[in-house]
Amino acid sequence: MSKQQFSPETLLNIYRTALYIRCADEGIRGQIRSGNLMLGMHPPTGQEIIAAATGALLDADDYVVTIYRGLHDQIAKGMPLKKIIAEYFGRDTGACKGKGGPMHLTYPEAGVMVTTGVVGSGMPIANGLGWASQIKGDKRVTVTSFGDGASNIGAFHEALNMAAVWKLPVIFLCQNNRYGEATTYEDATASKTVAERAAAYGDNMVGVTVNGNDPEEMWTAMRDAIERARVGDGPTLLEANTYRFSGHYFGDPCTYMPKEEVAEALANDPIVRVREQIIAAGIVTDADIDAMKEAFEAEVEEAIQFAKDSPMTDVSEVTTDVYGDAK
Amino acid sequence: MSDVETITFTQAYGRALDEALAADPTVLLLGEDIGDKEGGGVFKVTGGLSTKYGTDRVRTTPISEQAIIGAAIGASLAGMRPVAEIMFMNFVTVAMDQIVNHAAKLRYMSGGKTTVPITIRTRTGAGTSNGGQHSDMLEAWFAHVPGIKVVVPSTPADAVGLLRACIEDDDPCLFIEDGLTRVMKGPAPPADYRLPLGKAHVEREGSDVSVISYGRPMHDIRKLADSFAAEGISLEVIDLRTVSPLDVDTIIQSVCKTGRAVIAHEAVRSFGVGAEIAAQIQEHAFGNLKAPVKRIASKDTTVPFARALEQAFLYQASDIEIAIRQTLDGK
Repeated sequence: MSKQQFSPETLLNIYRTALYIRCADEGIRGQIRSGNLMLGMHPPTGQEIIAAATGALLDADDYVVTIYRGLHDQIAKGMPLKKIIAEYFGRDTGACKGKGGPMHLTYPEAGVMVTTGVVGSGMPIANGLGWASQIKGDKRVTVTSFGDGASNIGAFHEALNMAAVWKLPVIFLCQNNRYGEATTYEDATASKTVAERAAAYGDNMVGVTVNGNDPEEMWTAMRDAIERARVGDGPTLLEANTYRFSGHYFGDPCTYMPKEEVAEALANDPIVRVREQIIAAGIVTDADIDAMKEAFEAEVEEAIQFAKDSPMTDVSEVTTDVYGDAK
Repeated sequence: MSDVETITFTQAYGRALDEALAADPTVLLLGEDIGDKEGGGVFKVTGGLSTKYGTDRVRTTPISEQAIIGAAIGASLAGMRPVAEIMFMNFVTVAMDQIVNHAAKLRYMSGGKTTVPITIRTRTGAGTSNGGQHSDMLEAWFAHVPGIKVVVPSTPADAVGLLRACIEDDDPCLFIEDGLTRVMKGPAPPADYRLPLGKAHVEREGSDVSVISYGRPMHDIRKLADSFAAEGISLEVIDLRTVSPLDVDTIIQSVCKTGRAVIAHEAVRSFGVGAEIAAQIQEHAFGNLKAPVKRIASKDTTVPFARALEQAFLYQASDIEIAIRQTLDGK
């Protein structure tokens, strides 16, 4: 089987998804800023390329397990924006009827199986999805996202060890944004990279570090990891280096992030950089992208309006969905 | 008349797992040492099953409780019905995040989009000289978490019926096995036996005192009921079978009839299942009470090692008897 090759269409596809994520992210943050939305939000701003490249490679029935900073992963996996934003607004039309919220979105229709609010907890669950695929022989792969901070919790070790021993079709996608909450990578993590920890899990586990903000590098590494998982060769620990533009949560004063570091990251905003790249390559024109962005912003606006127009979840729902057989 | 077939608790658990694996290809087993290569489990419950059903479906795990429960949850989200063994109940403490934050809550937090039909089998109980980290009855912790069911059998037949029901249930179930009585025998149930979850069993009707319990103390209460009957005192014996969700209706109906209630459990006394039942009784049957509600439990300490200390820690059958006599006196 010849490998899929990175093409101008691939790059455009990744950019399109990343831009869509950025528009959605900005739309949501605008609603919080204007006081229409009250919630704790963990924006994925700056990390879009990782999700967009992953989404471009996954099949519709593959699984994703993500975390509270998961908007980019959910959108890239194909979760409808209306379902996401209506959930943020706590409406009956939200993905989880407003019972989960932004940190607990689930949408099996698109393979978004769990969004966890607990650092590191998604990895053991991803193994179970992979185990089921292994037994059924359905060739699905599971991608589980987490931050660099999560690589220091015990569940990381338990999950990676089990995945390697069982040769599970799971991709451990560490989105290394250099901070675990407010603590730097270096102050919290003993190893130089997260990916080098893969060596501790033997030949069944591959560890790779890439620039997650580079579409081709990210896409190529994820392609290899997915192929490896799909043919039963085992899991990959894929560390995608990136940067978190907006701090840990919306409104984070980010006092712990050096100004020069933030400025440098913003100057290298992948959404801007890739835009320049695809224009320079003659794939699209400036005007094409402006039109694309305008269309996305309209779509986001429509999703926000959809959420606002949707009914609140009836309070009688407070006691439903506790047990399957409850009255 | 031919002898009735009897089986031990250990055989009962194994029988239920064997039947479930045979009946449904989505049933999976995972846990430490459970495969035949490892001896079929520390307590031999799963002996023969990995050979019969293959190590894809009956899988020995690393000593990694978070990974065990996580794998069970993930597989269940993909349509499987995993049964995870946590060797001793105290070891669930290292998997609490997976059990409490994920297994119990995913149905609710997803607005009913996903369910977690897993069963967690675990073993515990004091009286086996295993000390403070292998003996605790922690059922109240889990009964305090909406979304997970807590089941404790008190006969081998019930163990078969309840374990099958847990495996077939669409919600996460914690199934607690008593270590001390594992070789105790009881009549075997018919094939494919199932009991309903969430339903207490009035196993002996009576008129003077309602005695409410589950698990190991049920063996003491059955004997006490016979001896009290010889004195002309009639106990109504209720085996909860499912601790949570609690079958409040059956308890209240009984206490309204007898006017007296004695609750017994092996777990420590304070903030326990007994407290919840006593509260339910006073809320719903206050006007019918002829005596204060009594709670029998083990002492509020760590389970000690030394035999004499461990016995002093444990609730005693004589405590239950005394409590029953006190309620009869209106005390």
